[in-house]
Amino acid sequence: MAKISASVYTSHVPAIGAAIDLKKTGEAYWQPLFAGYEYSKQWMKENTPDVIFLVYNDHATAFSLDFIPTFAIGTAAEFIPADEGWGPRPVPKVIGHPELASHIAQSVIQDDFDLTIVNKMEVDHGLTVPLSLMFGEPDAWPCKVIPFAVNVVQYPVPSGRRCFQLGQAIRKAVESYDDDIKVQIWGTGGMSHQLQGARAGLINAEWDNRFLDRLIADPADLAQMPHIDYVREAGSEGIELVMWLIARGAMADVNGGAKPTVKHRFFHVPASNTAVGHLILENN
Amino acid sequence: MALDKPYTDVPGTIIFDADQSRKGYWLNQFCMSLMKAANRERFKADERAYLDEWPMTEEQKQAVLARDLNWCMRTGGNIYFLAKIGATDGKSFQQMAGSMTGMTEEEYRDMMIKGGRSAEGNRYLGENGDAQPQNQPQGAAGKKKD
Repeated sequence: MAKISASVYTSHVPAIGAAIDLKKTGEAYWQPLFAGYEYSKQWMKENTPDVIFLVYNDHATAFSLDFIPTFAIGTAAEFIPADEGWGPRPVPKVIGHPELASHIAQSVIQDDFDLTIVNKMEVDHGLTVPLSLMFGEPDAWPCKVIPFAVNVVQYPVPSGRRCFQLGQAIRKAVESYDDDIKVQIWGTGGMSHQLQGARAGLINAEWDNRFLDRLIADPADLAQMPHIDYVREAGSEGIELVMWLIARGAMADVNGGAKPTVKHRFFHVPASNTAVGHLILENN
Repeated sequence: MALDKPYTDVPGTIIFDADQSRKGYWLNQFCMSLMKAANRERFKADERAYLDEWPMTEEQKQAVLARDLNWCMRTGGNIYFLAKIGATDGKSFQQMAGSMTGMTEEEYRDMMIKGGRSAEGNRYLGENGDAQPQNQPQGAAGKKKD
């Protein structure tokens, strides 16, 4: 039986990818940020899963205004890093797990979550930056990845509550897969940031840290928070944080199991326009 | 019934909803085309001619030519789409975001290094934070324009 072993949460700021690709990680500006992921890279080496179910948002890359799926699961055999306008990131292509992805789609859709199934999709920094942060710069990603894209670009975006419920359905789906494999679920994006208008540059470190506290200790309550609170307190792009609730909803304690162990917690301001938050929670 | 919009009283912020998306459809789709290197080259070679291939409004074209991202957003642009214009110009997200505040690049970068813009006074229209309409433009870049 497949098992969710852990969940990982991280911001996916594009400038972090650029810093890695342009060999700037040792610069004074970036050093404190990357230092916060040293433990994580070591942990990943010791806890490499078979598959990562990677929740992220597409930033007007695979999905233009032609199609705006609320939840899209990548069922392809591979996913190519996209050219977002600066040229594609020089990172390995992403190898999918079509069998598990299709199994999850079937289970979750029959559980009343109407996913969009995507057989061809390029992936942007939202997916590749977390991989770079956790794995460094390997020639090939050391495990398979199922991309799961959430619309947080055009309103209405899904509620935190819906995301949290979806995470629970994903856990159930993974645990009903016959092969004996280890799956991690990652929630990415955030934390507080706003990329637009006179309010650009908004950061709310106090709110972010309370979000981390609540995500660990009482995610069901956190999931009730309405969108407008994210916008007001964490900036218009802070809404990405609803995606963290999908990963958190897939953890065992939400279904009556043991509380997860907090293996790592990190917070840093700034990376470009953004507050960076990072957690590793292990199931027990 | 009209769309419920609980987010219109946040200062300095335009939420990209269905109304904005409808208004900005061709502007944003033009931006998407810049994800291809060949299109970036054609755009850079003759911006006006390239824009004229799209059924955008004249105002949207002027906003793009002026590289005024606030103006682009008012006409329906979304930052993740507009970022393709910045990428074509070799700009970072920080340079793009900063350009919407009236600050110079250095001023904006310094604000971020010092912990970013505070939410205090910037949660609701009618307060007096630095993102409020009565306190624009911020910084030296905006003031130079006056």
